[in-house]
Amino acid sequence: MVTDVLQALRFASPRATDPEVAVGIDAESAVVPHFATHTAVSAEAVLCANNTAAASEAVRCEEGAQVVTRDLRGAFELEGVSIRYGKETVVSGVSMCIPSKSVTALIGPSGCGKSTLLRCLNRMNDEIAGAAVTGAVRLEGVDINDGKVDAVEVRSRVGMVFQRPNPFPMSIYDNVAFGPKTFGIRRRSELNGIVESALRSAALWSEVKDVLNKHAFELSGGQQQRLCIARALATEPEVLLMDEPASALDPVSTQQIEDTIAKLGQEMMIVIVTHNMQQAARVSHQTAFMLRESNEAPAELIETGDTKSIFTNPRDSRTERYITGRFG
Amino acid sequence: MRQPRQALIGQVRRARIAEVAARVLLAVCLFCAAVPPILVIGVIVWRGLPAISLEFIFDMPKQSMTAGGIFPAIVGTALLTLATALFAVPAGIAAGIYLAEYAGDSLLARLIRLSIANMAGVPSIVYGLFGLAAFVITMHLRQSILSGALTLACLSLPAIITATEEALRQVPSELRNAALALGATKFQTITRVILPAAAPGAVTGVILGLSRAAGETAPIIVTAAAFYAPLPTGLMDKTMVLPYHLYIMATQAVRSNNNVVWGTALVLVASTMGAAMAAAAWRSAQRRKLRW
Ligand SMILES: Nc1ncnc2c1ncn2[C@@H]1O[C@H](COP(=O)(O)OP(=O)(O)OP(=O)(O)O)[C@@H](O)[C@H]1O
Ligand SMILES: [Mg+2]
Repeated sequence: MVTDVLQALRFASPRATDPEVAVGIDAESAVVPHFATHTAVSAEAVLCANNTAAASEAVRCEEGAQVVTRDLRGAFELEGVSIRYGKETVVSGVSMCIPSKSVTALIGPSGCGKSTLLRCLNRMNDEIAGAAVTGAVRLEGVDINDGKVDAVEVRSRVGMVFQRPNPFPMSIYDNVAFGPKTFGIRRRSELNGIVESALRSAALWSEVKDVLNKHAFELSGGQQQRLCIARALATEPEVLLMDEPASALDPVSTQQIEDTIAKLGQEMMIVIVTHNMQQAARVSHQTAFMLRESNEAPAELIETGDTKSIFTNPRDSRTERYITGRFG
Repeated sequence: MRQPRQALIGQVRRARIAEVAARVLLAVCLFCAAVPPILVIGVIVWRGLPAISLEFIFDMPKQSMTAGGIFPAIVGTALLTLATALFAVPAGIAAGIYLAEYAGDSLLARLIRLSIANMAGVPSIVYGLFGLAAFVITMHLRQSILSGALTLACLSLPAIITATEEALRQVPSELRNAALALGATKFQTITRVILPAAAPGAVTGVILGLSRAAGETAPIIVTAAAFYAPLPTGLMDKTMVLPYHLYIMATQAVRSNNNVVWGTALVLVASTMGAAMAAAAWRSAQRRKLRW
């Protein structure tokens, strides 16, 4: 599929010669709304809900001589993803593309399946009895739900931070070193380096560097959550999934987490679920809005796009009603 | 305005009376329940303490066991319990892990859980007869420490399995998910996160199960216990054991020395209670580290 895209793009835009950086819009799978990376210049040029839109967007890309770059390396592509628990389908027909090196927010009312969708990005739904995912969830073009793909490998590439801080009952150091150790890294010096850089990335190093042997439960809630972020970063994932990472925290800790997210988002893909509209607006480059219109019907993806345009100029009236707080 | 207010006050007063009455009633029940065990232990300590001495613990029985010490019975019980632990603990913990983490909730798994729960209620003499048939006779292990330990292992397995499974289930799923989300395999998750977190509960259950086995008489009468024997030299020997020694001293010795009986009872109770208390102390120390 990636090569198809590149072919199409080369045809559309002779300037796009670098094969690693795809240019413009993927006309082949235009039913899939794609995000641009946040470095993209033209915000409105990257959203396409249907074929005609895609075609015209592609043309506009060329005309405007503004190269809209979409880095396919490390990107997630979801195509017709439906998730059910037992017989009840809770999420249906989600198609979207999540670019790497940017922050994507997943918003929607409580119970609409945000956590459920997030968990299907690192196969954590495998752990729930009765949960079944259909459709394609592709990471760099490979369907991670394919029987040949090992869930353990997926999770080592796609890390996760949970709503409630959940450090292991062990020291700060051992928490961060847990992931690398499971991958067989034993050398103390190597582990020390990993632990330090992970704690630095999570903006916790200065607070804990002298007390690495302290029990993790002795940290404050905000520190524990940053420890969990550090623990996830220590395995050097390409993607970090965060399910309401700041919902249990005070404003100061929230600010620290948001700063961390902003920094990390320049290097890796972050997908964050949040109920806080300001937070979504502050930290994310793209936003996806999900909605479950009735208890019987499964949730669907209503709108995806550049965060700025979703918040200032939503195309769907339901999106507008949600972000202005009129339902949900 | 006045009327409902007074009604409210009346209601509050009645609720307060009910509260006090419930408290008193519950306290009386607790007292009734607590008296027998305290009395039992009190009498054993009071009558047994005078018998305890270095010779009593470290000497061989003398004068047809009416004097001297109970050293062989202590050694026998210790050996028997150790051998029981050797068989029952690894198997029980492994089975508990499997049931909690791998077996799921299939019909077969539920059937197995139910059987294990029922096994815990089977009278101990039935285990004894099973041990006699299976180990002593069929497997030609004779009446020996080995046969007795295998029998007691069967008896304590249900308690150990159930305790392990329960302890594992009580580990919050957040910890499990955290480990899995880091790319740990299921087995790594179990061995590095879940088992350490469940250890206090599991170990307590294991020790309680073993100390119950150590105090059992019926299963070992037919599989391992000797009326009188020198110190055991190996697993294939019959042996004296504390509960059986106590039983024969209390029921069969014609002119038994009461001191020996009470002293034996005290040693038995002190060692099983000591093990249980050590387990509790260790657990509360661990819990402080593991609070969640
Ligand atoms: N383990 C489960 N088993 C069965 N149904 C589940 C399970 N987890 C979630 N659901 C159902 O799936 C739907 C979506 O749940 P999910 O937790 O994904 O919502 P959410 O958008 O994350 O909500 P919130 O914002 O409150 O966290 C809900 O209707 C919920 O009842
Ligand atoms: Mg949720």
